[in-house]
Amino acid sequence: MNNEKKLVVAHAPYWHDGSKISTKNYNIMVAALPAVLMGISHYGAPALGVVAFAMACAMIWELIMNVAMRKPFSIGDGSAAVTGLLLGMLMPATAPWWVIALGTFIALSVGKQIFGGIGFNPLNPPLLALAMLVISFKGVFDFDEALRHYDLGFIMTYPLADLKYFGTEAISKFSLGDLVMGRQSGAIGSTFGLGLIVGGLYLILRGYVRWEISLSFLAGVFITALLFNLSDSNQYAGPMFHLFTGYTLIAAFFLVPEDSSSPANFIPMLLFGVLAGLMTVLIRNVGAYVDGVPFSILLLNLANPLLDKIRPKAIGKVVENA
Amino acid sequence: MIKRSFLGLVKPRLQYSLVSDTVRELPVPSKVTLLLKEPGNGGGTTPPKVGDAVKTGQKLSASPEDAEYVIASVTGTVSGITPYVDGYGQKYTAITIEASSQDEWDDQFNKELTLDTVQNFFEYAPGNPSFKAFADPEKRIQAIVINGMEEDLLITTNQYVVKNHAQEIKSGIQVLKKITDIDRILMAVPESLFQEANTTGAEVKTVSDIYPDGLPHTIMKDVLGQVVEAGNAPEDMGVAFIAAEAVAALGAAFDTGRLPVTKLLTVVGKDGATTNVRARIGTPLRDVLQVCDISLSDRDRLILGGPMRGAATYSEELPLGPGTDGVVVQDEGNSAEVTDYPCINCGECVRICPVKIPVNMLVRFLEARLYEDAAAMYDLHCCIECGLCSYVCVSRIPIFQYIKVGKYELSLTETAEAE
Repeated sequence: MNNEKKLVVAHAPYWHDGSKISTKNYNIMVAALPAVLMGISHYGAPALGVVAFAMACAMIWELIMNVAMRKPFSIGDGSAAVTGLLLGMLMPATAPWWVIALGTFIALSVGKQIFGGIGFNPLNPPLLALAMLVISFKGVFDFDEALRHYDLGFIMTYPLADLKYFGTEAISKFSLGDLVMGRQSGAIGSTFGLGLIVGGLYLILRGYVRWEISLSFLAGVFITALLFNLSDSNQYAGPMFHLFTGYTLIAAFFLVPEDSSSPANFIPMLLFGVLAGLMTVLIRNVGAYVDGVPFSILLLNLANPLLDKIRPKAIGKVVENA
Repeated sequence: MIKRSFLGLVKPRLQYSLVSDTVRELPVPSKVTLLLKEPGNGGGTTPPKVGDAVKTGQKLSASPEDAEYVIASVTGTVSGITPYVDGYGQKYTAITIEASSQDEWDDQFNKELTLDTVQNFFEYAPGNPSFKAFADPEKRIQAIVINGMEEDLLITTNQYVVKNHAQEIKSGIQVLKKITDIDRILMAVPESLFQEANTTGAEVKTVSDIYPDGLPHTIMKDVLGQVVEAGNAPEDMGVAFIAAEAVAALGAAFDTGRLPVTKLLTVVGKDGATTNVRARIGTPLRDVLQVCDISLSDRDRLILGGPMRGAATYSEELPLGPGTDGVVVQDEGNSAEVTDYPCINCGECVRICPVKIPVNMLVRFLEARLYEDAAAMYDLHCCIECGLCSYVCVSRIPIFQYIKVGKYELSLTETAEAE
């Protein structure tokens, strides 16, 4: 038996389609690039600093948590980098370093690792961090205040804040073209609508993002905003304004479809997206916050396990007591 | 290996291979090994012994009345009797026969057209047919489906038989009709083989060439419009599945009076090249690989069956069984490695599952060894074992293996409760 070859035994299947978590995450980062680059071209080195520092911090926190929790190192899979990148994209270019360090700590440890790491987080980590930061440090996320020293050649007031505090007349100065092309003030990576759409479509076509969630979220925002607008167009902005301002687009393509905190079945995905969109506009129009994205999605994240119970009957399933 | 396409929006479509016309005949090997299932009651009265002379086509079993037997595929002398346990814990007695160059045919097979004869001589036929369901009064078989599709990707054995041995299938169908008194005989074939299949006299149904549409459960649903309930087999619904190869072997045996002793199989090399080979049942895999010019090196994989549902084995000394439709060799670089990453809930498996199991939830319960909950709440028993969930898993979780373990563990508790 000495000349026997040592063969590797494993269970079927012996084929795999070659997908990997790291590939998926690298693709998400690539898809986010257009929006990030636009932010960097607007705000210069500080924006680059925020994004790079957020990514670095996120990866370091992940590593520290890995060591502290005696788990295998998982920074190679790119998910911490994606979390850091997304959180950086949600921040203004002037965010101080300690807010970034704290935010990434919340995202990685409270948002992800204490639940068991990748795949176990019930809430979207960057959004959880954002929500806590927005509540704790209002000034940092008041874009009018934070970006007051910038004059980039377009209207430098934050569209959603104008809408909230000055009503629909104040937003008539924004043209849709400017909003789509990123000529609006806001967070580093969330203002360039076209770039986010291109990145999002790339992810959808590559199958890295569930189109059902993205599109139903946009539909939810659109329909709710439209209904508000129809009921009183003097008080409530139109649907296109809501689609292209604030965090709507980055949420639709990068935040709502986050794997672990969103449903996997068809009808739940649609419900999840539509309800998140509805909540977003509700908070914007009648709630206390300027932008409702972080809170609406976190709320729906909590409903996710319940929503995902709506599923087709498995073929062959025997229904007892029916 | 078929990789994920660049555009990942649509589900991957895995196509069955199309059949080629050539088949390579293997010479009679110097020795064969036959795996005899261990009888339930322990020792038999007349087990084969080392030194016994056997003839080609001779029935070997632990005792004459035992339901488990093998058919000697060569003429020669028994040179070894060793125990063997397969990957799922099934115990066998491995009977090794040193073959002589001349075939001497055994004359026990009497060509009498009864179910008894078929049960007595064809349970070890190529294609692994089972005729037990016909004799079981509880099953009430009303239709027979001759499966001209394959159990797995890359394999083309049944298609080859349909294409080139339609005449033998035709006489096999006559035999089946005669012994079972069942008139409804269907045949599931890919569309390209409709013509050939139509000459056999069976009611021909075409099946799509997308995996897993060739599996019995899927054929039941798509072709017969009957859904097999969780945990049941098609036989429980009154439909018996027999591989086309087995029917052809049955037909040929009753035409010629000689029991089938060869098995047709598809051999897939490291570069993905496929060859159809006909060899004596029990031929060591080494001989098969040699004929196909495939050399193994350390850390390769040698898979009995196909790439989705086969079973990797540890030695090239192991024999071909009557159910071995294919042998796939994979080198290390091409092998899919699994990881211990958790499920990230991306939903790929949920979308690809042909029976709509919530695999994302199921795998969480299986990982936590909550098998009963997995079966009760998340449809473990609905699984038809196609392996597509593992194929698409981004985290590369061995989902299929978890499912098999879960089913196995549950079967153990069920037997324990029954006793």
